[in-house]
Amino acid sequence: MTLEGCYAAMGGDYADAIGRLRSERMIQKFVLKFPKDESFDLLCRSWESKNYQEAFRAAHTIKGICQNLSITRLGDSAARLTDALRGGWTPPADALVEEVRRDYRDTVEAIRGYEASQASPL
Amino acid sequence: MEQNKQKILIADDSEINRSILADMLGDEYEILEAENGVEAVTVMQKQGGELSLLLLDIVMPEMDGFGVLTVMNQNRWIEDIPVIMISAESSSSHVERAYELGVTDFISRPFDALIVHRRVVNTILLYTKQKKLINLVADQIYEKEQRSSLMIDILSHIVEFRNGESGMHVLHVRTLTELLLRELARRTDRYALTQADISLIGTASALHDIGKIAIPEEVLNKPGRLTDEEFAVMKTHTTVGAAMLENLPFHQDEPLVRTAYDICRWHHERYDGRGYPDGLKGDDIPISAQIVALADVYDALTSKRVYKPPFSHETAVAMILEGKCGSFNPLVLECLKDCADTLPEEMNNTTRDQRSQREMRSVVMEMQQHEELTASERTLQLLEHERMKYNFFAALTQELQFEFTLQPPLLTLSPWGAEKLGLAETVADPARNEKVRQIMDPENLQELADFLRSSTPGNPVVTYDFRMVFNGELRWFRIIARAIWSSDDQPRYTGTIGKAYDIHESRTRLDSLEKMASHDALTGLLNHASAKKRIEERLQSRPEGKCALAILDLDHFKQANDTYGHMFGDEVLRHMADRLRGSIRSGDIVARVGGDEFLIFLSYKGEPEPVIQRVYDELAGGSYQEFPISVSMGVATNETVGDDYDDLFHAADQALYSVKRDGRGHYRFYDGGMEKPLSMITPIESTGESAKAFVRTEEGRK
Repeated sequence: MTLEGCYAAMGGDYADAIGRLRSERMIQKFVLKFPKDESFDLLCRSWESKNYQEAFRAAHTIKGICQNLSITRLGDSAARLTDALRGGWTPPADALVEEVRRDYRDTVEAIRGYEASQASPL
Repeated sequence: MEQNKQKILIADDSEINRSILADMLGDEYEILEAENGVEAVTVMQKQGGELSLLLLDIVMPEMDGFGVLTVMNQNRWIEDIPVIMISAESSSSHVERAYELGVTDFISRPFDALIVHRRVVNTILLYTKQKKLINLVADQIYEKEQRSSLMIDILSHIVEFRNGESGMHVLHVRTLTELLLRELARRTDRYALTQADISLIGTASALHDIGKIAIPEEVLNKPGRLTDEEFAVMKTHTTVGAAMLENLPFHQDEPLVRTAYDICRWHHERYDGRGYPDGLKGDDIPISAQIVALADVYDALTSKRVYKPPFSHETAVAMILEGKCGSFNPLVLECLKDCADTLPEEMNNTTRDQRSQREMRSVVMEMQQHEELTASERTLQLLEHERMKYNFFAALTQELQFEFTLQPPLLTLSPWGAEKLGLAETVADPARNEKVRQIMDPENLQELADFLRSSTPGNPVVTYDFRMVFNGELRWFRIIARAIWSSDDQPRYTGTIGKAYDIHESRTRLDSLEKMASHDALTGLLNHASAKKRIEERLQSRPEGKCALAILDLDHFKQANDTYGHMFGDEVLRHMADRLRGSIRSGDIVARVGGDEFLIFLSYKGEPEPVIQRVYDELAGGSYQEFPISVSMGVATNETVGDDYDDLFHAADQALYSVKRDGRGHYRFYDGGMEKPLSMITPIESTGESAKAFVRTEEGRK
């Protein structure tokens, strides 16, 4: 799988990313780092413990990273969740957090697939 | 090369975001990272002026980006460290607030690598240029101050020193000169005096007697009257001083030198034309010299000289106004009259400190007009130097040094102290930090905070002893801290600096010394003095409670000593001490008064009788080896005697005395309620009322 293909699979905008960051090597490096980022874990943990202030911050961080890497779909759902949690919990947040979970799974799956294809030279 | 790279601090809570930025800039700059606001502040504290740029995120844990900007403003770092804010928060209110707090640029996510790079480079270039300019201007101001103040002071004091004058003469002349000139400028525009002229003449006045350097010592300091020849020599100090200035190889055209020339040459001219050296008349004499002449005369009159005592202010003014000390411009005399009332106060206020404070103020005012100078690179270098010195000495002393700011609540520890306490060097909100609360009892922390807040700007130092966990061990420490008060009209408490050091050894030694001093060595009971102190505290703290004081002694104790020896006697006393300890409740007090006399202080409810009876029963009876224990005891209660310790003791002693006269081996209450006087007991002297001593013959069980 190519990096472009990976972006297509996770609903990202590769053209935008390469336009801004200007280096395929750099995009690749950070996309591969993405699954290791702990913001999503933090979001899930703080959501479980109803610490919505912390959840807001975690969603905000995910949004920022996705925007930097042009991971558009997850970035958009994280942005919507961020807005729903800005002043504490609001009713739409429950559905939005599920959206983020789904998009995050898809994104990580796409990245793992890409990573696997890179690892084996065959 | 490596260390010449300029440093950029990236503060962002996401590691990926930091790395992306670091990747973009890492080739040209040294990158430092912080994952929250507190870390960012810590890095800035350490790096000081070394930092070339801060890239700052808004939403971060511990302290957000706006918090960081607030701290930077409070510490004025914002003037030297440019900030570019990078955030996904692009709402205009956020951007606006960021700019208000002094950020140079705002980049919203997602960012373009090229744009970030370009803006970073531009910002750093801009600031570098600005810093160079600031240095240039600062150097010039600095030099100017150097020239005009320091050198003149030194010169004029050389003259004074040789002259045997007070050392305050130059200062007084200067103050008076400026006062008179201000008054003159207020009254008339005849001399077109600006504020700058006044300040210039004031400064130049310091040089008025510079020519005296050339006058021989014998003439200059001659106690008696000068001969005509000597006076002629003395007079030359005016022309000599002027010539010295005129012949300066450079600077002749400087306004300061021109003015000083006028003053030197003509400060002994008279308005009526009969002065020296040139016999100038009226306003032919420059106004600067006229004013300094008057100031010189006034200070000469009010100061002590080898040939005269000091005159009072009133006498001096009267003498000048009556024309006894020369002839002056009537307008200038008017000015003297007008400021005569406030003059002594103004002159007395002009101590050296205030003089330099005044100078400082004028420098500060000048600085404030150039806002960009407030924290110049020079200042930062000095700070950096101080910081290095501080860190070096802190590491040497093995003391725990700390700094605390209230806004934001941030505790900074010296590296050594942080390590020993097992804390980070910077702790946000320490009062609520779990680790801090484990090290130091929150009550101690609160008490210390209360002490600091109740200090005053004039008396801000607090000493506080407490125990904390240090290096894993609970030890006594002493904190010496200085509260920091703002310089507002209503000073605010803004934080504290201080140090803590280990006093465990001396403290524990003191504790054991205190114990030794307050206890009887033989029996381990309290001694009389410390028992008295504790009982008095008890009486004061619970005035409404009922309590009794009993004094007892061992009957026939002398026989025990005589028959079995003093060693045995001591054993009996120790045995009694054990019985005493066993007979009282935990709140009660027992003590050895001396010899075989003991004291018990206890509280009770209802009637005292049952408690006293029980205690007496436990003390008396039986024997120690062959020695039968018989006890006489006198008791006094605060119900009958009142809450004064001496009264209680005296009454109990009286009761004991009567028991002994009455055959020993029982106890008795002192009772002021019975009206039958007992002549065998000495009346109590210490109580004011005519209370008399009575006993109730209540036989204890033998």
